[in-house]
Amino acid sequence: MGKITGFMEIERRDRPYVPVAERVKVYKEFVRALPDADMAAQGARCMDCGIPFCQTGCPVNNIIPDWNDLVYRGHWRDALEVLHSTNNFPEFTGRVCPAPCEASCTLNINDDPVTIKSIEQAIIDKGYAEGWVPPLVPARKTGKRVAVVGSGPAGMACAQQLARAGHDVTLFEKSDRIGGLLRYGIPDFKMEKHLIDRRVEQMGAEGVTFRTGVHVGVTMMAAELLSQFDAVALTGGSEKPRDLPVPGRELAGVHYAMEFLPQQNKVVAGDKVPHQILATGKHVVVIGGGDTGSDCIGTSIRQGAASVTNFELMPMPPEQEDKPLTWPYWPLKLRTSSSHEEGAKRDFAVATKAFHGKDGRVESLTACHVEWVKDAKGGGSMKEVPGTEFTIPAQLVLLAMGYVHPVHDGLVDQLAVAKDPRGNVKATTDGPGCYATSVRKVFAAGDMRRGQSLVVWAIREGRQCAREIDAFLMGSSELPR
Amino acid sequence: MEMKNGLPPRQGLYDPKREHDACGVGFVAHIKGRKSHDIVEKGLTILNNLRHRGATGADPLHGDGAGLLVQIPDAFFREEMARQGVKLPKAGAYGVGMVFLPRDPAARAACVREIERAIVNEGQQMLGWREVPVDDATLGPTARSTMPVIRQVFVGAGRKQLDRDAFERKLYIIRKASGHAIRALGLTNAGEFYVPSFSHRTIVYKGMLLAEQVGPFFRDLTDKRFASALCLAHQRFSTNTFPTWDLAHPFRFIAHNGEINTLQGNLNWIKSRQATIHSKLLGEDLDKIWPLIYDGQSDSASFDNALELLLMGGYPIAHAMMLMIPEAWAGNPLMDARRRAFYEYHAALMEPWDGPAAVAFTDGKFIGATLDRNGLRPARYFITDDDLIVMSSEMGVLDIPQEKIVKKWRLQPGKMLLVDIEHGRIVSDEELKRDLAAQRPYQDWLDRTQMRLEDIEQPREVPTPDTDKLLDRQQAFGYTQEDLKMLMTPMAMAGEEPIGSMGDDTPLAVLSNRAKPLYAYFRQLFAQVTNPPIDPIREQLVMSLVSFIGPRPNLLSPDSTEPVMRLEVSQPILTFEDMEKLRRASTFTQGHFKSDILSMCYPAEWGASGMEPALAQLCADAEDVVRKGTNIVILTDREVSVDRIAIPALLATAAVHHHLVRAGLRTRSGLVVETGSAREVHHFACLAGYGAEAIHPNLAFATILDLRDALPQKVDEKELVKRYIKAIGKGMLKVMSKMGISTYQSYCGAQIFEAVGLSTGFVDKYFVGTPTAVEGVGLKEVAEETVRLHRLAYSDAPLYRNQLDPGGEYAYRTRGEAHMWTPDAIAKLQHATRANNYSTFKEYSRLINEQSERLLTLRGLFSIKESDKPLPLEEVEPAKEIVKRFATGAMSLGSISHEAHSTLAIAMNRIGGKSNTGEGGEDPIRFARLPNGDSMRSAIKQVAAGRFGVTTEYLVNADDLQIKMAQGAKPGEGGQLPGHKVSKYIAKVRHTVPGVGLISPPPHHDIYSIEDLAQLIHDLKNVNPQARVSVKLVSEIGVGTIAAGVAKAKSDHVTISGHDGGTGASPLSSLKYAGSPWEIGLAETQQTLVLNKLRGRISVQADGQMKTGRDVVVGALLGADEFGFATAPLVVEGCIMMRKCHLNTCPVGIATQDPELIRKFEGKPEHVINYFFFVAEEVREWMAKLGVRRFDELIGRADLLDVKAGVEHWKAKGLDFSRLFYRPATAAGVAIHQSEAQDHGLAKALDHELIKQAAPALEKKKAVAIQSRIYNRNRTVGAMLSGQVARHHGHAGLPDDCIHVNFTGTAGQSFGAWLAHGITFELEGDANDYVGKGLSGGRLIVYPPKSSPIVPEDNIIVGNTVMYGAINGEAYFRGVAGERFCVRNSGATAVVEGVGDHGCEYMTGGTVVVLGKAGRNFAAGMSGGIAYVLDEEGDFTQRCNMAMVELEPIPEEENAAAAEGTHELETHGKVQIDHVGGHDDEMLKGLIQRHLLYTGSDRARRVLENWATYLPKFVKVMPLEYRRALAEMAQEKLRNEQPTPRVELRAND
Repeated sequence: MGKITGFMEIERRDRPYVPVAERVKVYKEFVRALPDADMAAQGARCMDCGIPFCQTGCPVNNIIPDWNDLVYRGHWRDALEVLHSTNNFPEFTGRVCPAPCEASCTLNINDDPVTIKSIEQAIIDKGYAEGWVPPLVPARKTGKRVAVVGSGPAGMACAQQLARAGHDVTLFEKSDRIGGLLRYGIPDFKMEKHLIDRRVEQMGAEGVTFRTGVHVGVTMMAAELLSQFDAVALTGGSEKPRDLPVPGRELAGVHYAMEFLPQQNKVVAGDKVPHQILATGKHVVVIGGGDTGSDCIGTSIRQGAASVTNFELMPMPPEQEDKPLTWPYWPLKLRTSSSHEEGAKRDFAVATKAFHGKDGRVESLTACHVEWVKDAKGGGSMKEVPGTEFTIPAQLVLLAMGYVHPVHDGLVDQLAVAKDPRGNVKATTDGPGCYATSVRKVFAAGDMRRGQSLVVWAIREGRQCAREIDAFLMGSSELPR
Repeated sequence: MEMKNGLPPRQGLYDPKREHDACGVGFVAHIKGRKSHDIVEKGLTILNNLRHRGATGADPLHGDGAGLLVQIPDAFFREEMARQGVKLPKAGAYGVGMVFLPRDPAARAACVREIERAIVNEGQQMLGWREVPVDDATLGPTARSTMPVIRQVFVGAGRKQLDRDAFERKLYIIRKASGHAIRALGLTNAGEFYVPSFSHRTIVYKGMLLAEQVGPFFRDLTDKRFASALCLAHQRFSTNTFPTWDLAHPFRFIAHNGEINTLQGNLNWIKSRQATIHSKLLGEDLDKIWPLIYDGQSDSASFDNALELLLMGGYPIAHAMMLMIPEAWAGNPLMDARRRAFYEYHAALMEPWDGPAAVAFTDGKFIGATLDRNGLRPARYFITDDDLIVMSSEMGVLDIPQEKIVKKWRLQPGKMLLVDIEHGRIVSDEELKRDLAAQRPYQDWLDRTQMRLEDIEQPREVPTPDTDKLLDRQQAFGYTQEDLKMLMTPMAMAGEEPIGSMGDDTPLAVLSNRAKPLYAYFRQLFAQVTNPPIDPIREQLVMSLVSFIGPRPNLLSPDSTEPVMRLEVSQPILTFEDMEKLRRASTFTQGHFKSDILSMCYPAEWGASGMEPALAQLCADAEDVVRKGTNIVILTDREVSVDRIAIPALLATAAVHHHLVRAGLRTRSGLVVETGSAREVHHFACLAGYGAEAIHPNLAFATILDLRDALPQKVDEKELVKRYIKAIGKGMLKVMSKMGISTYQSYCGAQIFEAVGLSTGFVDKYFVGTPTAVEGVGLKEVAEETVRLHRLAYSDAPLYRNQLDPGGEYAYRTRGEAHMWTPDAIAKLQHATRANNYSTFKEYSRLINEQSERLLTLRGLFSIKESDKPLPLEEVEPAKEIVKRFATGAMSLGSISHEAHSTLAIAMNRIGGKSNTGEGGEDPIRFARLPNGDSMRSAIKQVAAGRFGVTTEYLVNADDLQIKMAQGAKPGEGGQLPGHKVSKYIAKVRHTVPGVGLISPPPHHDIYSIEDLAQLIHDLKNVNPQARVSVKLVSEIGVGTIAAGVAKAKSDHVTISGHDGGTGASPLSSLKYAGSPWEIGLAETQQTLVLNKLRGRISVQADGQMKTGRDVVVGALLGADEFGFATAPLVVEGCIMMRKCHLNTCPVGIATQDPELIRKFEGKPEHVINYFFFVAEEVREWMAKLGVRRFDELIGRADLLDVKAGVEHWKAKGLDFSRLFYRPATAAGVAIHQSEAQDHGLAKALDHELIKQAAPALEKKKAVAIQSRIYNRNRTVGAMLSGQVARHHGHAGLPDDCIHVNFTGTAGQSFGAWLAHGITFELEGDANDYVGKGLSGGRLIVYPPKSSPIVPEDNIIVGNTVMYGAINGEAYFRGVAGERFCVRNSGATAVVEGVGDHGCEYMTGGTVVVLGKAGRNFAAGMSGGIAYVLDEEGDFTQRCNMAMVELEPIPEEENAAAAEGTHELETHGKVQIDHVGGHDDEMLKGLIQRHLLYTGSDRARRVLENWATYLPKFVKVMPLEYRRALAEMAQEKLRNEQPTPRVELRAND
């Protein structure tokens, strides 16, 4: 589908960004939509592969060729229907997903992949604009009560699916607003928060009860939850950040990314945040080259940092992957995010050795370059390169080195669910008893189960977990996996 | 081993039912009826000279059977019987039964007693027995050990004065009654009992003999007193080596060369008539004949039995033959109205016995022969000036002096040759049929009894399509998104079934986790080797979709004294209006018809277990209404709803059909099915195959109407329905033609299917007679699947609330059907072979092999029994030896790019495996090595039906010559390379024109039967004696039997392909539903070859979705020596299963000819080599585990296979592979793998002498002239000589006329095949079929002997299929050629004085001049070249197939031609420059001048002398595509505007 020869005739054209100089002034999304006709032309590039690698490349298995074709033919509403059949929240993934689908697009073998992600966003944005996203209120209620703990993408997807199956769902959130990382981890310039509010509204109409500000395991005991609900889904994310235990770590001005990012989001949302951590006028060093690091960079730049430096422990990956040996899998290659483009210095294979401060506040840090040596087993170990030590000024250091596992204190410990060797809540994803924890009627999904990951994986697990809970409650389930 | 009628019992996958045969047939008769012993002697001579059409088994003295049918030699018997004191009554008043009696004396006595009892019971007189003297000295041991005791019984006419015919009927009843009685005795030792003939007019002498043994064996036949005025002779070629005395021909009335494809249906219909048939002549005796046909009889024997019934019922023999094998009347506008009425009237009496057939018949009064409607068997005859007529499969069978012959002609398609011995004259086809047609007022009878559904007034109110709850209904019948998008939309838009590519890698229905429609368990059967498929598009004139709904008249009441109304439809798919007419049939037909609607639905609450009783009730209801007078039973599932479940329509249809057949009521009523389930071609074919005379797909119609707004083009409702019906109709024709069946009427109920994954119990109950090899599901599971779909349809499942299931049959889909090629499997394989990483390969092979949860293939369910004494890996045969058994699949250059193709070739040549050219020829530069030592030469050269680029040079540059009989993805179908894929280069290699689409015909036009295949094998072996000849078959039930026949036909190698093999383009229903898994076909092949002791002589290769070392091991254990891989190496080259091969848009540069895309090709030979070594390594690991050192020791060890334990799949748990794993008990020393070579008998070739004499030419290019006699047994003369020329001088050959051979006599088949340039064959005499096959530059001249009194242009000079696949060269034939002249000619020039039907079919180049009449369907599928036809009567237009050509007059252009000066005729080019410029006048004249020069043709002289008069009578046949291509080339010439020499314009140089 698409157009048979579309890929030979039409070049990839993606959505433009607002120029750096303008976009860093505000916390608004800066990706501009393409006109429908252009989007349709991009859809025409889809080759309707005999094996759509994109579909398995995509964690929610979006039926990409079908909606590409529908967009090409101008059947937007049908496209939305197909899109929603696999993905509860395409407006989230259309914005923040790194798009593994595009990596596995067949055109990516020797050409530029289809702009799958942009088409996805275009479909859902049009859907909202046209009022095609009504609540899907279940015809029958089952009377079963389900608690979903944690309102990130996994929890939201799980709750929405269960509500649509007719269950009484309560979604618990420890913060003041629904959304988890979507709300407070991802900056507004990547994804504006009214998108979440819109979904919350829809879910409310579908019967989901929201209970924000309830920290289960802390402000509400796990036992209480178990006694009140027929099933419980743990979707609390993987929130325990990886630390950098080097001298000077205790200095003020050294923060985890998740101490820094939520404050700005709250400010954008109109809240007052006393003693906000600000990069304004400071030399900022962001440690960690991932997405969270990028978000810290973009936020720092918008706050008016004097400079932003980004360290990555791993060596610089190649600019182009070895496609014959990587496609259709997610390749390791140098990725330059929009935040990097906004003015960060990047340095690879850097290990931070110490922070130095004055008056308890961080002023600079010392780091060195490292060399990675492969051992016989294929693993790697790192070695300092002599004579590469350097010190740079740093008034704000943001640690964005990922998360190790869910927070165990509170809910996880109280329930005493079994954990996997990495400290995640243990549950499988396939076969009988999947998504169930070691504790009866308690299920787990998303980062809480798999460890830190993508929004799109969280949605997948939330959906699949919902199906298992439904089957557990009803004997069988018609919810799609 | 216990044998029944000589055939072994059913065992393993072997079933004696599947045996086939074909043969040489002939007769000789004295037209005036003068009896003489000379006629009998001539009959024996004919047999001797047809010897090469028969075969011998493992034992050279063991023939397949031969015999004679003659008139009762009264004088001889009179004297013989007088010697034992019996005085015979006068001639005609006694009958003789030729009886095979059991060897066991007690059993023999019992049989004798029953015969005598029957004679008395029927009131006739027992005269005596005569021991038939035989001499078994020449018989081989098998024939001797199974030889029956042969006696003749003499029966005198009873006291009651009987007329001759009544006496004959009594003899018939005696035979039938005694036969039934003997059967009823149930004797164990009476297996040999059989009555070859029992008549007062004729007698049959036959046995399991070689042709030359017949005379010596039956001493009677050489006795001078033994006289007859006619003698019918037959030499059999069967597909087995088992001793079968009774299966020899002739039968009591016929000798048959060919095959009845519709046998199962014919038998069903005969059986179903039993209760309604009655005959004035036979009266109550009729009851004694049942069963008319015993189970397990051959097609010819069954045909004979049915013919006999008609004769006894009062039909004259010619009339009966026309009834059983009617010529194609439905689509013939040229047929006389009365004759048409005759056929149309008789059509309702009996369905045609359809299939390729030359049937010679006699009842002792008449002798004759008829050909099937398509003329697929050869039959030539001549008449002498002393009233002898000789008909046979070929000319030259009797050495009659040429000056005595006054007429030489051939049987034409659908035509009959009849000699009225009693009145001493030949009755022409025209006269015979005119008389018969005029005998009765058939048109009046038709007018009175025949109603055409389309003529009935349109109903005013038609129920609109039921769109209420459309989605639910679609879901209840298992519709998928793919059905709508990929199947129905294209059908409704384009009126054609869509095309797809690559193989089918989804699981069989029985392995699928999804609920499948019942249709999916049935696989279409197709013709291969023993009979040809038909091209339903190019040869549409023989095809017919006419169907009769409703009761059939009494077969034995041909005179309309009991008129029965008949309802005819021109095609069987009913519209809403049609259906309404049937629903209210009584109203619309003024009470002539009465329909009853029976629902196929039952209450949903009964669940799965309710289906069986519901079905039983439905059958009983059907019987009930028919007994009460309903004559149209309508089955409907329209009322399916949340509360009502529909029984699968196929199940209900088959159940009701068989129930009515069993009750003998089936012919009293029509059976019409209204169903929501039928939506694709296969569904309709299944319903038809199991008895539906018409089908109304109500939901499919509703669906396409509902889709209307989403269609890319606006089409009105009527038109949509029309297009959809057209698409289904075309598809049905294709399905029928695949099996060689031409008419819907004979397809209906013919059950041309095998089941894969259905249990025997289920099939025997509802689909009686359908083979099923591996057991599987029964009614319970089928019901369960239906209930699952129903439940889902009416549930609230969110996924299906607004949309259909995605399907995933044709492309991988996340929620769809499983596929073997998953994204991960492809990625792992590519990564492994690119990085030479064996551990990644193991990840890949685990994904493929481990099917404990995801069932995909039968072999996935096998376990391999590991030895308790495993070997260290080092002791196992090295991988570099194992890879030599590997070959890549047949993929043509054209379907894939040169880059992809040559990469495979280089890889295979490096490792000592073999790559395959595919059917697209090969560029000669690939025959030479590359500077680095690599070679792009494909070791296997394929010879497919299209014969593209099959030159002598191509053939000599081969290690294997593979005859492609069928292709896994679309067995029984031809191919088509669309014009956009025919680049300049492709055109060059294929010797065709760029941009012009190329059609491969479904059949090889030189293989319509097994003995034809033997001939082609012989041809190829002659051209290249060093190469192995291989035959590629596709797995289906009976393929083992075919393989045995192939081995007997002297093939060195046979390939058994699975149904799932890949393709560049195939209709989707063929991809999915034709053929079976190779596991079944391979196992059957191994078992049958071993049973026949033929396995040692032939290598067996398995192919079809071979992916891993485990696949290879399973293949070896089931019996394969070698292995073919196609898709996997393509994946290694970069293929990612786009399935867009047919669109030329392959994004990785493999299946495309687009230079932009080809640039993206990244495959490397090293990767392919890595792959094959990985596979071999995995094989070695298995061998070590099995404790096997050498690969040979694996082959045929099916005992090492077992069923995987613990498979608890709800459907697959019923599978039973014991028949697959069966190993026939064999004597010691019987080979179970290839171990010896075939004896091709090349030593006898005349070419050895020619080569000797031509040495100066071959070595020094010195011209030589040779003289030689030639006989019909000298076959393939010139091919070996040409092979020598090509080997030393390439395609260019020798200088013109360097070797000139003058022959006299009658040439055997394939005279001048692949004749190379520089050789001229001049033959004074005549020639048989396949003259100039593959002509590669040589010149052929054939003219009648100077002494012959015949008028050459009125007589036949060369046989059928002359110049098939000719590449270039020229031929001049003074006389008329048979059918299919110059089929697939791509560059040769030919002049002939008349041609039969289908002339110039599929031609792509060259020039043909026909100085006389051309038969029907001229130029069908002709896409290139030019033909000039002298159309004196001005009626050529009617016989020319105008689909691809235009006819134009030939302009006079003296000036144009003169201006350019004289130029030599470009006779050796492919696209001739003369065709560009339009020098028709000059060129035509030049060719006729040469014809005169070479043959001395009077006709040519006359034309030339009166050029001005004749020129306007010539018609130029110009293919439209060719004209376009020529114009483009002329344009290009203008653009280049360099004064390029003409040669460079020739596209193919």
